[in-house]
Amino acid sequence: MKFVKYGSLGIISFIVIAGLGIPLSPSPQSWLEFPVIPGLEDKARNLFFHVPMAWTSVLGFLVSTYFGFRYLRTKEIDYDFKSVSAAGLGFLFCILATVTGALWARFNWGSFWSWDPRQTSIFILLLIYGAYFALRSAIESDEKRASLSAVYSIIGGLTAPFFIFVMPRMMSGLHPGAKEDAGGKGPLFESKMLAPNMRVLFYVSLIGFTLLFVWMLQMRIRTARLEYESSRELSER
Amino acid sequence: MSAVSSTVALFSKDVRSELRTRYALNALLMFVVTAVATILFALRADQPSPTVLSGMYWVVVFFTAMSSLSRIFVSEEERGTTLTLQLVASPSTVYFGKLLFNTALTVSLTLAVTVLYTLVFSEFFIIQTPSIFFVTVFLGSLGFASAATIIAAIVAKANTRGTLYPVLSFPILIVLLMTVMNATARALEGENFSEAMGDFQILVGYILVMTGGSFLLFDYVWKD
Repeated sequence: MKFVKYGSLGIISFIVIAGLGIPLSPSPQSWLEFPVIPGLEDKARNLFFHVPMAWTSVLGFLVSTYFGFRYLRTKEIDYDFKSVSAAGLGFLFCILATVTGALWARFNWGSFWSWDPRQTSIFILLLIYGAYFALRSAIESDEKRASLSAVYSIIGGLTAPFFIFVMPRMMSGLHPGAKEDAGGKGPLFESKMLAPNMRVLFYVSLIGFTLLFVWMLQMRIRTARLEYESSRELSER
Repeated sequence: MSAVSSTVALFSKDVRSELRTRYALNALLMFVVTAVATILFALRADQPSPTVLSGMYWVVVFFTAMSSLSRIFVSEEERGTTLTLQLVASPSTVYFGKLLFNTALTVSLTLAVTVLYTLVFSEFFIIQTPSIFFVTVFLGSLGFASAATIIAAIVAKANTRGTLYPVLSFPILIVLLMTVMNATARALEGENFSEAMGDFQILVGYILVMTGGSFLLFDYVWKD
């Protein structure tokens, strides 16, 4: 698992250096120059951080729901450790994505928050995570807590397609890909809207953040197992 | 007994026990009156727009539903009848019986709010497209009940039942709330029926997904 650890750290450092360091140029000649996007300029660099963070928060939710589902099928408490660890990380990345997005919106759209459909959907995701942890703290028995929170995360996951995929594309909004957006589906899907070097860096960043998530997830699962065993030893004494 | 007749039997048992005490109905009615009175105080002599009114309509429905829909499972836990119910009825019977009862409760709740609204906001709350309004209210009640029933089953097993219920329900119901508010505003503004079709598609999809998902997951919540 050394690969995941050093790989994620290496890629994230590379993204920070390259994403912030590569200069902008009105007519880029080499791979070491980003084009100037009118109206965005240096603010375009947020693409390498904000979007992967939002991706990781959704990934955390999916992983958590998947392990919750596995718990319900097998009733092995280990799956609950995996589920809650993934949910905790997803919550962390969800907060990071909200903060980076709101800061960027302050300088680009004029205000921190304007209830754009995607802002609404990340707000709902934050609420689901919050409710999930509130529910967990209200149940004492381990098995009951595991199965009820697994059911809740699946129910939350059932509504997710509505606000992640249906609403943002049906309503008009400020994010790329909204209804009535002149840019079509947004820079990630329309090849001419994003310079090739920025696109490559973006996908590398996506891989880096995913590896970071996997590495942190492994650590959290190990901690959860140790905590469980030590508390069981204490109660047996 | 067939699945349908036992579901109906469970439903009529809940209706009968409700009619004996009228606990939920009374609480519901008083809650609606209190909430609408508060809105009236807040508005004073202002003229609310259709958007504000349709938003307020569903705010009242949401919080009233949150005050009473969890009763359906919490009362079984409090009276200690959960085990009996687990013995005599299959989980799917219990789920659909409770869903039927909650749907009936939500439909009567929305009717009460509608009647009260037309009385106190007689100048502003004019339903210009009744077809949109009634389809929205009916689908909205179904959607509310479908999500609220499974959350009620979860909450009944937790320690802090009262406070947790709206916290758990709100993120699940937010999609539904936004859609019904949108459609109700359309009905008040007098748009054509065909313009609300997108909203109705979302509502029907939501109801199907929620009911199907809850039906499959109910076993894990219901059995300890």
